[in-house]
Amino acid sequence: MPNFIDRRLNPKDKSLGNRQRFLKRAREELKRTIKERVKSGKIADVDAEQNVSMPARGVNEPAFQPDSNSGERRHVLPGNREFAAGDRIPKRGGGGGAGNAGAGTGQSEDEFQFVLSREEVLDLFFEDLELPDMVKLNLKESVTFKRRRAGFSASGSPTNINVGRTMRNSYGRRIALRRPSRREIEALADEIARLETEPGGRNKHRKRLEELRQTLDSLERRRRRIPYVDPVDIRFNRFEPQPLPNASAVMFCLMDVSASMGEREKDLAKRFFVLLHLFLKRRYERIDIVFIRHTDEAGEVDENTFFYSKQSGGTVVSTALEEMLRVIRERYPANEWNIYAAQASDGENISGDSERCASLLHDELMGLCQYYAYVEIIDERETEIFGTTDNGTSLWRAYRIVDGEWPNFQMTRIAKPADIYPVFRKLFGKQPEMQLRK
Amino acid sequence: MGTASNLLFQSSDWNFETLAHTYDAIEEIALGDLGLDVYPNQLEIISSEQMLDAYSSVGMPLMYQHWSFGKRFVFEDHLYRRGRRGLAYELVINSNPCITYLMEENTMAMQALVTAHAAFGHNHFFKNNYLFRQWTDATAILSYMDFAKKYIAKCEERHGTPAVEAILDSAHALMEQGVFRYRRPPRLSSEKERERMRERLEYEEQTYSDLWRTLPPSGENNDPTQLEKELAERKKSLNLPEENLLYFLEKTSLILEPWQREILRIVRVIAQYFYPQRQTKVMNEGCATFVHYTIMNKLFDQGKISEGAMLEILQSHTNVVFQPGFDDPRFPGINPYALGFAMMQDIERICVAPTAEDRDWFPDIAGTGNWRETLLDAWANHRDESFILQFLSPALIRKFRLFLLTDEADDNFCEVASIHNERGYEALRGALARSYDIGVNQPDIQVMDVDLLGDRHLRLQHNVKDGVLLEENSRDSTLRHVRHLWGYEVSLAGVDAETGETLYECSTEELSD
Repeated sequence: MPNFIDRRLNPKDKSLGNRQRFLKRAREELKRTIKERVKSGKIADVDAEQNVSMPARGVNEPAFQPDSNSGERRHVLPGNREFAAGDRIPKRGGGGGAGNAGAGTGQSEDEFQFVLSREEVLDLFFEDLELPDMVKLNLKESVTFKRRRAGFSASGSPTNINVGRTMRNSYGRRIALRRPSRREIEALADEIARLETEPGGRNKHRKRLEELRQTLDSLERRRRRIPYVDPVDIRFNRFEPQPLPNASAVMFCLMDVSASMGEREKDLAKRFFVLLHLFLKRRYERIDIVFIRHTDEAGEVDENTFFYSKQSGGTVVSTALEEMLRVIRERYPANEWNIYAAQASDGENISGDSERCASLLHDELMGLCQYYAYVEIIDERETEIFGTTDNGTSLWRAYRIVDGEWPNFQMTRIAKPADIYPVFRKLFGKQPEMQLRK
Repeated sequence: MGTASNLLFQSSDWNFETLAHTYDAIEEIALGDLGLDVYPNQLEIISSEQMLDAYSSVGMPLMYQHWSFGKRFVFEDHLYRRGRRGLAYELVINSNPCITYLMEENTMAMQALVTAHAAFGHNHFFKNNYLFRQWTDATAILSYMDFAKKYIAKCEERHGTPAVEAILDSAHALMEQGVFRYRRPPRLSSEKERERMRERLEYEEQTYSDLWRTLPPSGENNDPTQLEKELAERKKSLNLPEENLLYFLEKTSLILEPWQREILRIVRVIAQYFYPQRQTKVMNEGCATFVHYTIMNKLFDQGKISEGAMLEILQSHTNVVFQPGFDDPRFPGINPYALGFAMMQDIERICVAPTAEDRDWFPDIAGTGNWRETLLDAWANHRDESFILQFLSPALIRKFRLFLLTDEADDNFCEVASIHNERGYEALRGALARSYDIGVNQPDIQVMDVDLLGDRHLRLQHNVKDGVLLEENSRDSTLRHVRHLWGYEVSLAGVDAETGETLYECSTEELSD
């Protein structure tokens, strides 16, 4: 008789630690892959499981291996049909020849695909955005829960005992089981005492007294047997985690698509939009995204067109704001929707229009929006010139005024991915006070 | 019904009770009829996830943590999930008690097959084959792995994961060069050493002659004989040349901390533990397959297995021993199961019903009839190379239609050197045997010389056979790993094994990091 052991219930993720080590090792490669993904994928898809392929670079395990292109080899192969000794067979592609098929089995390991979980993807995505850890934690958490009263339960911790419920149960049980009340027993005892103290009563009522004593005795025994509060009576308050009520939000992505916005600018803008989307997704159950692109005229487009198609023309930023206003009026009334807007541009604008933008924001949009973020994407060389000053393009100067007046307006210049997060700092910072509309 | 009640199991579902009495029936045939000798068995039921886990930690139930196992896991997991590869039905560990993993998804018929295959076939082989007896300690391996796992975890805690990983990476790169291929003479105890020294001195005293002192000195100190002598002395004191690089580095490297040496030792012990398995793939699988095939047929003959179950068993058996031809797109090389099983069966045939040709080739065993003893003896005393060299018969060469192809790298043609005919048998048999000799196929790299008191330059030598060089990228990165463990310059010279001419030379000084 052998020893049988059922291991099926053992913990199965024995390899989890190894897997994490591997991912850490492969980090650089994976980061590149995820970056590509963010560039080419949809904004809303960033925080999902990702199927990535992993080139062997950086994670290969070297060893002394024979070089397949040198020396003389001898292969014994099965299945000869027409060869005779002395036949010469041309090699395929000048390479190792027919015998190489056997040696080729290890090759498939060079590149392989596997699935990264949502957490792993976000980790990689956040890495060069330089978010403070607290914020990362917040974003990764998918839903926030609040404990909410939900009826009663028969088990729980003593601090949660519901006294009213417990006593009601106890009372009902006592009635049902006819537990003698104290008043009843006292009345009986009084009766006995009265009869006993009555002169000559002890003899006159002997039989009655006997009866009464017996009843009293049985009542008392019964009272002892049926406790006042039994464990079955006890009820606890029950709590269950309740997802926080989430309202809907709409996110407007505004971007200048004129020729001056190149590949790099668009990539940075996209990361900016993705981050805002991630943030909103955490707080709202439903998020609509509206893409508005503009040159000298603006239009609502789908995501693909937004990022990948080119349009020629001048640059009139106010058209985008007008378009946004139109869409809000038509579809997203501000009393039902939380409106967020993110605008990316290289700062170019036709002369005289910037003031119009500022007044549009000032008079109309800022009153409707929860939050408005503006990023100006500049060259890395320009950071040193413009980094801190108020000088800059006319659009920048006009927005400075809006920035001063509205606390929910944010603007910054970015030149590399790490610059993106500070734009949102204020937004993340004031989370607690921010009221959900509706 | 008499026959129905005789069946060990009826449905394809299994439970522990059927597993147990099926095991008993198999054991009866295995020990009684085939005369196998096995370690006590421990059968463990696992799920497919656990099988994947086991795969990635090189099949050991306990293993230290390293990213490369995670890489293997991710790779296997992906193939499995995409349906590109099925999982093995079983996994067996050379330990005492012998642990066999059975997959929970297997049907009862498969469990029976797997029990016979692993718990008796492999188990017998592990316990009796000379390589395993000589080089592995089945009783101690699990507790050693437990120690290794805890030790490395402790090192990681103390010295940080990156430091431990760096050592493990380097050690893994040299795993192939971390085994002893031959037994070395036992080291003399210090007492015996002193004894020898004393004898030598005595002899010198006895033969002392003052006359020699009067000879004039033989020129300068740097005369070639003197240098050569010094070199020989140095090599002798370090026991060079040394084929086990990991052992040499563990014992001799001047820069390693004690815990780093212990880690090298752990990797070396594991490599040595698996070395016999790599030398006996054909025999081990052949033995297990032959055992399960014989036992299952016997059970069927006894009416203990239904026809349906037998068909299922035969189907997976044929899948396992399938050998596609060289031009088949499915051709992965010679299937060790197919070759091993065919050879075992062939030996049985030669013993029982030999042809004239067999009598010619195998006069010792042909027609003796005792195939059981012959097989038991072969399983105990051979490895793949010697087994094929001894037992591959012309009949089998014809059956597999083997042919020998010589392939010179700078030639645009391969030449068919031999085919399955009278003139080819010997050559084919020799070439096939050689292809299973790991000592020949693995690059032979040895420590030649190092001057510990001088520049500590570590000189390795690659004995190039048949002009097969090393792949350059992996060679250079592996050399960097050697340097990491050695701490000083390391160079590798490729020397043709026949002509003694130096084919290439490379040194870590020339490599950029």
